[in-house]
Amino acid sequence: MTVLEIRGLHVSVGGTEILRGIDLTVRSGEVHAVMGPNGAGKSTLSAAIMGKPGYEVTAGTVTIDGEDVLALPTWRRAVAGLHLIMQYPTEVPGVRLLDVLGEALAARGGSTAGLDQRIAAEAVRINLDPSLTARAVNVDFSGGEKKRNETLQMGVLRPRIAIIDELDSGLDIDALRDCSRRVEQATAEDGLGVLVITHYSRLFDELRPDAVHILSKGRIVRSGGPELADELERDGYAAFA
Amino acid sequence: MNATTHQLPTSDEEIWRYSRIGELDLASFRDGSASTTVSGADGLGPAEVGDASSAPDVFAAMNAESPAVVGLRVPRGTVHPRTVEVLHDVDGDGVMVRPRLVIDAEENSEVTVVERFASADGTRALVLPVVEIRAAAAARVTYVSINELGRDAWMIGHQGAVVGRDARVRTFTVALGGDYARVRAEVRLVGQGAEAQQTALYFADGTQMHDFRTLQVHEAPRTRSDLLFKGAVKDRARSVYTGLIRITEQGTKSEAFQTNRNLTLSHGAWAESVPNLEIETNDVKCSHASTVGPIDEAQRFYLESRGVPPDVAERLVVLGFFDEVIDRLPAIGAVASVRSKVGTKLGVSR
Repeated sequence: MTVLEIRGLHVSVGGTEILRGIDLTVRSGEVHAVMGPNGAGKSTLSAAIMGKPGYEVTAGTVTIDGEDVLALPTWRRAVAGLHLIMQYPTEVPGVRLLDVLGEALAARGGSTAGLDQRIAAEAVRINLDPSLTARAVNVDFSGGEKKRNETLQMGVLRPRIAIIDELDSGLDIDALRDCSRRVEQATAEDGLGVLVITHYSRLFDELRPDAVHILSKGRIVRSGGPELADELERDGYAAFA
Repeated sequence: MNATTHQLPTSDEEIWRYSRIGELDLASFRDGSASTTVSGADGLGPAEVGDASSAPDVFAAMNAESPAVVGLRVPRGTVHPRTVEVLHDVDGDGVMVRPRLVIDAEENSEVTVVERFASADGTRALVLPVVEIRAAAAARVTYVSINELGRDAWMIGHQGAVVGRDARVRTFTVALGGDYARVRAEVRLVGQGAEAQQTALYFADGTQMHDFRTLQVHEAPRTRSDLLFKGAVKDRARSVYTGLIRITEQGTKSEAFQTNRNLTLSHGAWAESVPNLEIETNDVKCSHASTVGPIDEAQRFYLESRGVPPDVAERLVVLGFFDEVIDRLPAIGAVASVRSKVGTKLGVSR
């Protein structure tokens, strides 16, 4: 059982405070959705957890099974079991997926034996054209291909907690279904814990949240079960501002 | 002929700007020769050395006085079946060597030539090479130059290609070695439909400096040139790229492209890129692009967020950056190790 614990997290970007005290606990197998309008600080939360340059934590703690995540460089956060599925995955010219995952597994002390086949098997599961996995990562991929590729990497690396930032942006309905379904399967198969950050609830058709948290102006203003997403859908964010 | 009688240029002159020419003490070198071996040239005839009066600078003129000539004439209508390899091993300490390579591809012939320069670290040497490439009508020439000189060698080299009607010349320059290594690379497209592709990969570390001046000269209609130079500097190393596209009045309907990209991998490293265009006619298609900067932060973060350690992420990104030029290299044995040599320079064992 893995626990990601966020306590009193304050984050500033360029001297402006964006997150003003976030408390969240994500356990293995759970899906927590953080929902909020544009500008609420949703993407700042995922960036701060992974240690993206430019995101300054001014107060609070983030731990995974008691280990201080904020004291670790980004790559060690991933090795500790965190995986970020980016809203806009970066194109890395000339760098192949096989090399990235090979190095990522090596850093974890894991085996790279049969990595080709594992990538190919995940590509089938996520409906990603296998020929894309031999190309430079994300370069000239469509929005859907990028998100499938991110999800494929999660399948190969098998993290303990996935942080999923705006999975549905730039995504057609088929790709959204495939990606969210694969994440949902990982919660059951691998006990993956999920922190999914989203504006819309349409990905909940496949990826079923155990808890929904509404983020507004840098704070979680309300938490509840899946029914909270329905309430949002009906009343809009204005009701929670 | 005593080389020391030549008047050296100074860095006050525009074409030697940024260079380290002021550090050169010509008198400290004695005239000598490299151990040169040529393989794969069976069936090629001797070639004539071009006119020395057109030497673009004093170093090319000094080369023209040297007897160290390898001439390769590819007979009309033949495809030379083997890659010709010319290796210059500069093994004398304190020597100046002036090798000349002449590739004379007759009408509708084809040849690939690799020229390698090597010396040991600690061997002080001044290498002044010239390669002359003449591609007659419809000839196809591929020329690869690999600088693997040691840390104490200087190179001031010249590449000149004259490309005839519907002929194609491709040149690749790989510069990893030398203390100061400068190459002036010129292609002149003199026949209608002539085409040239120039590619370079350079990577300087320690206190090395790589210095390139390129010229793409279009003197006939419907000619095409495409230049892609990519370099990296690390530690306190420096690099300079200065490129000129010149399209004369005769060069109508020509296309010319020039791209130079540089990665600065350390705070103490420095790179300069100066592209230029000189176009004397309308109805041409030209573009140039140049960049100098550190590794893209977003790419680094992306790889690190997968769990790739920073030094490995840097190696992947730099190798990825060079992938575009490595991809263009011809698939021959002599260049197969370029990628791993770049990896070695990055100082990561795996």
